[in-house]
Amino acid sequence: MPQLPALLTDWFTAKGWSVHPHQQAMFDRADRPATLLIAPTGGGKTMAGFLPTLAELAKGQHQGLHTLYVSPLKALAADIKRNLRTPVDEIGLAVRIEDRTGDTSATQKKRQRADPPHILLTTPESLALLTSYEDAPRMFAGLRRVVVDEIHALAESKRGDQLMLALARLQTLCPDLRRVGLSATVEDPEAIARFLARHPDPCEILLADPGPDPDIAMLETEEMPPWSGGGAAYSIPAVLDQIRRHRTTLIFHNTRAQAEIFFHNLWLANDEGLPIGIHHGSLDRTQRERVEAAMVRGELRAIVCTGSLDLGIDWGDVDLVIQIGAPKNVKRLVQRIGRANHRYNAPSKALLVPANRFEVVECIAALEAVRAHALDGDPRGPGPSDVLCQHILIAACSGPFDADALFAEMTSAGPYADLARPDFDACLDFCATGGYALRAYDRWQRLQQRPDGQWQLRDPRSAQRIRQNIGTIQDTDTLKVRLQRNRGGKPLGEIEEGFAASLTPGDTFLIGGQIVRYEGLRDMVVEVSRRADKKPKIATFMGTKFATSTQLSARILDLFARADWPQLPRHTADWLALQRRVSRLPERGRLLVESFPQDGREHLCVYGFAGRNAMQTLGLLLTKRMEETGLNPLGFVATDYAVLIWGLEATTDPAPLFEIDSLRAGLEQWLAGNAVMKRTFRASATIAGLIERNLGGQRKTGRQATFSSDILYDTLQKYDPDHLMMQITRAEAMRGLVDFGRIEEMIARVGDRIDLVRLDRVTPLAAPLFLEVGKVPVQGAAEERLLAEESARLLADAGLSV
Amino acid sequence: MNGYDFTFAGERLTALGSGALWWGARRLLCVSDLHLGKSERIARRGGTPLPPYEVADTLDRLSADLERTRPNTVICLGDSFDDTEAAHVLPEPARLRIAALQAGRRWIWIEGNHDPGPVTMGGSHLAELATGPLLFRHIARHGAQGEISGHYHPKAALRLRGRSLSRPAFLVDTARIVLPAYGTYTGGLRSDAPVLAQLMRPEALAIVTGATPHAVPMPR
Repeated sequence: MPQLPALLTDWFTAKGWSVHPHQQAMFDRADRPATLLIAPTGGGKTMAGFLPTLAELAKGQHQGLHTLYVSPLKALAADIKRNLRTPVDEIGLAVRIEDRTGDTSATQKKRQRADPPHILLTTPESLALLTSYEDAPRMFAGLRRVVVDEIHALAESKRGDQLMLALARLQTLCPDLRRVGLSATVEDPEAIARFLARHPDPCEILLADPGPDPDIAMLETEEMPPWSGGGAAYSIPAVLDQIRRHRTTLIFHNTRAQAEIFFHNLWLANDEGLPIGIHHGSLDRTQRERVEAAMVRGELRAIVCTGSLDLGIDWGDVDLVIQIGAPKNVKRLVQRIGRANHRYNAPSKALLVPANRFEVVECIAALEAVRAHALDGDPRGPGPSDVLCQHILIAACSGPFDADALFAEMTSAGPYADLARPDFDACLDFCATGGYALRAYDRWQRLQQRPDGQWQLRDPRSAQRIRQNIGTIQDTDTLKVRLQRNRGGKPLGEIEEGFAASLTPGDTFLIGGQIVRYEGLRDMVVEVSRRADKKPKIATFMGTKFATSTQLSARILDLFARADWPQLPRHTADWLALQRRVSRLPERGRLLVESFPQDGREHLCVYGFAGRNAMQTLGLLLTKRMEETGLNPLGFVATDYAVLIWGLEATTDPAPLFEIDSLRAGLEQWLAGNAVMKRTFRASATIAGLIERNLGGQRKTGRQATFSSDILYDTLQKYDPDHLMMQITRAEAMRGLVDFGRIEEMIARVGDRIDLVRLDRVTPLAAPLFLEVGKVPVQGAAEERLLAEESARLLADAGLSV
Repeated sequence: MNGYDFTFAGERLTALGSGALWWGARRLLCVSDLHLGKSERIARRGGTPLPPYEVADTLDRLSADLERTRPNTVICLGDSFDDTEAAHVLPEPARLRIAALQAGRRWIWIEGNHDPGPVTMGGSHLAELATGPLLFRHIARHGAQGEISGHYHPKAALRLRGRSLSRPAFLVDTARIVLPAYGTYTGGLRSDAPVLAQLMRPEALAIVTGATPHAVPMPR
C-alpha cells in the first residue's frame, strides 16, 4: 500500500490535523480507474480528491497538465483555487494552479492552451470547448487525473451528460486517466458510480462517516405566514434576530426573484446596519465577486442567496442556514443544510421558513422526512440524444473522426453506455445532413465523409459557430442591465427578455437589492437609473423549478389526513380546518376538484399532488379536452400540488375529463401542438445545434432577420413528424416536462373517486395559485373571441370606426 | 371572404388573414417577403441545416389564397427569394409549382433588397409598379402617397386581459400600407420599433393576421 509522502504528512501534523480515514482510503485507491467518494460537507472531501495529485506532483517531475478539476459552478472553481493554494504554498510545492471558466480572459485562455498549468479548475462547458480545439491532444497530453466535484448535482442534468462525453474524449487522448467523483449524500450511490465509470471498467464507492444528524427546525415567528405568495416578508424580524445571534447566516431562496425581494425587505428593516449581501446567478460578475470576497474575509453577517451558493464553496464560518420557501425535495434540503458548520462531526444548524401556509405543511413534512433519513429521488434514464449530437459536432471541430471509433468512445460514458448503434447513426446523420426525410443539403452538408471514410466539417468556418453554441444550459434570452451613463454605466446584472419587454419607461424593478427605474433599451442593453420613486415591479427571473418529490407529496397528503395538527402552527392548522369546512382537504385515494368563479372568469382547481411537471401536463391535457367540449379554457397554472385552469365556462362534470384512456389517447395528439413541447423543442434543438443561440451581436441587427423556433417546430410537425429532433423533443418532454408517469400513477391512485366541489368563490387552498408565475395560455377559440373584443374596445376607445 | 375590408387611397382593399392583400376591383393579390430558399441559403453559408420545407409550405399557402381569390394579377412585393442564388437553385418541383400558379395570370416580381436582380422564372420583374392610385414597392419611402410596401415584416404585440399575443400585422395609415411577411421562415419587427413608429402616422391601424383578421390602433 502506498504511503503518503512525508511532505504531506508533515504538513498535516504541523497544522495539528490528522488525515481522515476516507482521505487515506482515497489515497490508497489512487490507481483505480474510477472512485466515487460520498461524504458530508465539511468532511475534507476536496482534500481527499486532491491528495493523490499533490503526492504525485510533490515528486516535481510532472510536465504540463496533471489534474483537471471540474465543478458545476464557476465560483467553486475559484474557491478551490484559493483553498488549494494555501497547502501547496505551505508545503512548498512548485505547482501551478489556474481556473478556466466563462469569466477567464481571452489572453489567459490562450496562454493556458499553449502552456497548461499542473492543475486546471474548470466547468463542464469550458471543458467541452477545450476538447473542441484541434490542439486538444497537445494540451491534455500527460493528464493523469480528473476530479469531478459535486457530481451528485451534475448527474441530475445534461451538464453531467456533457461532462461524461468530454471525459470519454479525454480518456481516448489519455488512456491512463483516472477519475474521482466527490458527492454529497445521495439516495442511490450506485447510480452515480455508473454515471462516472469508464465503461466497462468498474467504479468503486467509498462512503465516509455521514456525521451527526442536523439540528433543524421551523423558524418560529410572531407574525403569521401569509395566505399566499413566496416572499416570506413576514419572517424578516425573526430572520434578523437569528442573524444577530449567529456569526454568519446563509439565507437560501428557491428563486432569484424571491431572493431579490427578500433582500430588499431585509435591508429596509436592518436598522442596525448589519452587513448583509446578496448573491445569485443573474447578478453581474463583479458584484458577485465583491460579495464572495467580503464573505471570505468574514465581513458579512448574512448572505441572501439562491442555488448559486448551493454547492460546496467554503465560506468559512457559516453557523446557520435558513431556507426560505419549501424545500421541494428532502435530499436537496439535507445537502443545503450541510452548508452550515463546515466542521467535520459538528451538527449543522438550519431553520426552515415557509413562505406561505401551504409551505408550512410542506416544511413540516420535510422535517419529518429528514429525521427519518428518508431521502428521495427518481432515476434519470439514459443520456439524451441532443447532447450526443452536440458532441458529434464538437468532435468534428477538433478534427476528422472515424464513426466506429467515436461510437466506441461515446459508449464508454456512463449515460451512453447502452446507446444502440442505429441511434448513434441517426445523430450522426442529423449532424451531417440535417437528417430530413427530404434530402435537401447534399451540396451543403455540415459534415462530409472523406474518401478514406473519416468525417469532417465541410466548411471549416462552421467550427466557430459550433463552438459558440457549446453548452446545455438554456439561457432564457436575458438582457444586460446597466446604469444609464454617457458611455455605458455600471453593469448591474441581467433580466429576462420577456420581463424587459413588459417594461415601459418609468417602471421600477429590483436588481441586486436596489430599486432601479427603467429608462429604455439601447443596443439590447436595458438602461436604468437610480431615480426610483415607485414601488418596484418584480424582476421575473427564470429560476429552476424543481418538482416536489413523490415521497414528499405523499407525506403532505398523509399530514392532511390527520384529525388535527398539533405539530403545525396554530394559524396553519386553522387554515386547513377552514379548507376542510368550506370545501374539503385533498386525500391520498381521492381527487379533489374545486370549481368557482373569480375575477370574471370560471376556475377549476385540481389537487393532483403529482409534482409540478406532471401537474403542468395535466393542465395541458385537461385544457385540450375542455377546448374540445366548448368550455373555452383561457389558460392554466400548475404547482406541485394543483393545477388551476381558468376559462369562460364552468365545468359541471369533471369525471369524463379524467378518463385515463382518453388522457393517454389525447397525449400523442396533444404533444404535437402545445407550448411546452415548443419550449422543449427549442431547448433540445439549441443543444443539438439546429438552432444557434441568440448572440448579442446578431440580435442588434434587428428582429426581422431571425424567426421563432416555434415555426421550425410547426414545420417539422407538418412535414417531417418523425424527424430526430421531434423524437428527441417527445422523449425529453415525456421524462422531464411531461412526466406522464406521475399522472398515470395519480389516476391509478384515485380511480373513479373524483369529488367536484362547486363554490361561490376561491377557496383557502386555491388562493396561492393565483399568484403563481408561469401561466400557460391556451391558443384556442377563446383567444379569437378575446381578440375580437379587444379590437372592438380599442377602436371604440380611440374613436375609430370601421 | 375571410378578410378585413378597408378603404385606402379611395380603393376598397381587403387584408386577408393569411397576410396577403386583396384588391377586389382589380382582381389583384399582393404578397410580400416570401423569402423562398431561406433554408438553402443558410446551409450554403455554413449555417445550420434547417428543415427544408419552407418553400413547399409558403407555396401551399399562396396556392390556397390563389384558389380562393382567383386573381388576374399577382404582385410579389420583393424579397420573394432569400437571395438571387436561392432563386437560381430553387428545386425543380418548386419551379414547376410556381409556373403552375402563374398560368393564366399576370405575375409581377417587385425587386427587394434580398433579390435585386432578375429571376430565371416567368413573370415580369420591376423595381416598382404604379397602378391607379396605388404604388407598389418593396421599401417604404417618406412622403409617399398610396404606397404599398413590405420589407419590415411588421407584427403587433397586444395584451389581452393580462396575456400577450404577438402576430404578423398589416400597418395601415392614410398614406401607406406595410404588409406583413408571407414566407414561412420569417420573423417579425414589432410595430413599436422606432423605424415603424416614425414611419406610420399617428392614426395608423394594425390589422392583426390570423383565423379572422382584426384591426387595432397600431401599438407604439
